Amino acid sequence: MNRRDSIKTIVISSLASGLVLEGCLPKEKKTVYENVWKYKYGRTPEELKRDLELLNQVFFSEGEINKIRVLANLIVPPNKDGNIDDAEVPEFIEFIAKDAPSFQKILKDGLEWVDTISNKEFGKNFIDCNVTDQKSILDTVAFPEGKKTKEEVFFSTLKDLVITGYFTSEVGINDLGYKGNQPNFWDGVPDEIMKEHGFSYEKDWNYKFVDPLKRNDLAKWDDDGNLIS
Amino acid sequence: MQIIENEKKYDVVIVGSGAGGGMATKILTDNGLTVALMEAGPFFDPANPDQQLHLKWPYESPRRGRGSTRAFGDFHASYGDWNVDGEPYEMKGDTKFNWWRSRMLGGRTNHWGRISLRFGPNDFKRKSIDGLGDDWPIGYDDIKPYYDKVDKLIGVTGTKENIYNEPDGFFLPPAKPRLHEMYYKKGAEKAGVKVIPSRLSIVTKRISNERGVCYYCGNCGRSCGVYADFSASSCLVFPAQRNAQGRLDLYVNSMVREVSIDNNGKPNGIVFINKDDNKEYKINAKVVVLAASACESARILLNSKSPYHVNGLGNSSNMVGKYLHDSTGTNNLAFIPDLMNRKTYNEDGMGNMHLYSPWWLDNKKLDFPRGYHIEIYGGLGAPSYGTGFNFNSLNSFFGLDVGGYGERVREEVKKYYGSTIGFNTRGESVPNIDNYCEIDPEKKDKYGIPVLRFNYNWSDYERKQAKHMNETVKEIVQNIGGHMLWENKGVDNGLLKPGEVIHEVGTTRMGNNPKTSVVNKYEQLHDAKNVFIVDGGPFVSQADKNPTWTIMALSWRTSEYIINELKKQNI
Repeated sequence: MNRRDSIKTIVISSLASGLVLEGCLPKEKKTVYENVWKYKYGRTPEELKRDLELLNQVFFSEGEINKIRVLANLIVPPNKDGNIDDAEVPEFIEFIAKDAPSFQKILKDGLEWVDTISNKEFGKNFIDCNVTDQKSILDTVAFPEGKKTKEEVFFSTLKDLVITGYFTSEVGINDLGYKGNQPNFWDGVPDEIMKEHGFSYEKDWNYKFVDPLKRNDLAKWDDDGNLIS
Repeated sequence: MQIIENEKKYDVVIVGSGAGGGMATKILTDNGLTVALMEAGPFFDPANPDQQLHLKWPYESPRRGRGSTRAFGDFHASYGDWNVDGEPYEMKGDTKFNWWRSRMLGGRTNHWGRISLRFGPNDFKRKSIDGLGDDWPIGYDDIKPYYDKVDKLIGVTGTKENIYNEPDGFFLPPAKPRLHEMYYKKGAEKAGVKVIPSRLSIVTKRISNERGVCYYCGNCGRSCGVYADFSASSCLVFPAQRNAQGRLDLYVNSMVREVSIDNNGKPNGIVFINKDDNKEYKINAKVVVLAASACESARILLNSKSPYHVNGLGNSSNMVGKYLHDSTGTNNLAFIPDLMNRKTYNEDGMGNMHLYSPWWLDNKKLDFPRGYHIEIYGGLGAPSYGTGFNFNSLNSFFGLDVGGYGERVREEVKKYYGSTIGFNTRGESVPNIDNYCEIDPEKKDKYGIPVLRFNYNWSDYERKQAKHMNETVKEIVQNIGGHMLWENKGVDNGLLKPGEVIHEVGTTRMGNNPKTSVVNKYEQLHDAKNVFIVDGGPFVSQADKNPTWTIMALSWRTSEYIINELKKQNI
């Protein structure tokens, strides 16, 4: 049984028996467990089955995935804040192509085209070209105007997927500077930013906003609807 | 097919566990009645780690949240969307109707926007004001005590405003506006549009020791794991279960087909298909309460045909399914250059806008009869699938080149992060007898139940209103130096398709006249005293408000009526 099969078996059997995966798993299965946990996001049994079926299939060849990786690194070059591999962009694109089949032909044809054109122009496959030559190919399709050519559709599609894949990853979210998705108390826009934009809660509003010190006291009102706790 | 009959006889069987059904379950069981609660979908508890959706990151989904199996994205708390597997619906003529169904405990209250508005005095008397549609047989004073009770039980943010048709209630404190909301306020007030803090059923201050207090993750649409927002499961059904001491039986995965009748034509329970074994079962009850949603309850009535009720139950008037109406809506998006190059901070806030604009004009001076309100969205939200698509298209506003790749990607994505404001304008349509749902003559769902067929078209009342919506938004955007990202054109001026605002109501409307209405002012069928409807079906008109608060207030009122009528042995 390969790794993906064992994930499937474990998850499906745990669903069938209603048991939660936990406890004394042997080491190998623990890794499997972590992989299942990675994508634990409140699926219904039908959705989970669909995810597992897709995770179990392979759509892009190893060569195509390498090409996607090279292209993705040109689209979002690595720097100290993050890179395509840490963001698991190739894995995301492999999945999304199976999840949304309308991407399949565009991406496959486009990946073939980059080699066709690089062989024509430089006599070698795209990933074997130097960066300057690779960019010279991408530059021909990176600034579409009016109705897009097939190659421009490919590069726009790939670019959208690479950028969204990067910025929805852990490193990409940090890179963007998104600070939320955690329990906190919202006490408004920081003062200095309000000031920079010419706003002030005190000046612009005449309301009692949430009081962080009293928000855990049970709400009580007088008969006129005035909060008294 | 053989129907398996449960020996037990309940006082009440309730069909549907959303806002209306959840409220009826709570009130009826709290008052000592035995209740069977029917839900077509599975059990759902947002606090259950296996079902939990809040506080997830996009990369916890292999598709980064893309809406492949859920139309509003992977983390959206709805099992089912415009399509439910094996449960189709049909359309007549050039109708384009979209019907959202959430097959799960709590129904659509798990994913809704939590906008919790009372209808005002005018909203019950529209015909008296503009001559269109009909007045309700009740007025604001009849429902006010129940709105008060709902406020105190469930919790709703807000502020005292003393606006006649936007009644104040018992409010929890509002949260401070976000930055883009300050811009909205500035632009709106310059355009003469009133702006007030939002009225959301989100617990900003403790309302019960059984529920948590909002911790501002901004994701109420995922259904709150600490029960700090209103979902019928966590705020009504679970408390009812704890309190009911065995008087409440919850039937999940149970698809109700029809109301059953005895040998004299009197309703005596319901027949349902158990989705797990595909067999038909019967529940016996003295009283039947339908709360399956306006369209689904109409479907159940229309499918409850017998020699005593040849048109379906409660349909001697031929009104079941008629007057179906949804809120109107247009969506707009604008780019605000002053919001470029933002310093980032946690701006999640509550799971919806912190302020909004209630209807501020007098329709007597306008060329359309009904009002609308403005909802907005924006800010430094969490990235999701789609973030970074056409990453620098806003460059076009500055004559800069659009496209490219490389170092500029990070820079330009950050430059425009949080620089747009979305406007969802939502209004009242005029109920129309020619907009309806009916039983399709041929098609059945996978359980063998005849399906609905919709017939619905907008009129000039709605089209003119939509034009006004778009013009208002444009003016507000111009007032803050922004640019519209699209223009709503076409014959409908960008009106969303009927059903798409997910406020469908009116299919079993209330009235004093049994010839022109389905239920009386207590939501009781004119044709059968022991059948009640507590979803949006009984609404005579929609108001420019979201329907949930009114559904719950009416359900509470009807539940009290049921309790009294049972005591008096009238039903």
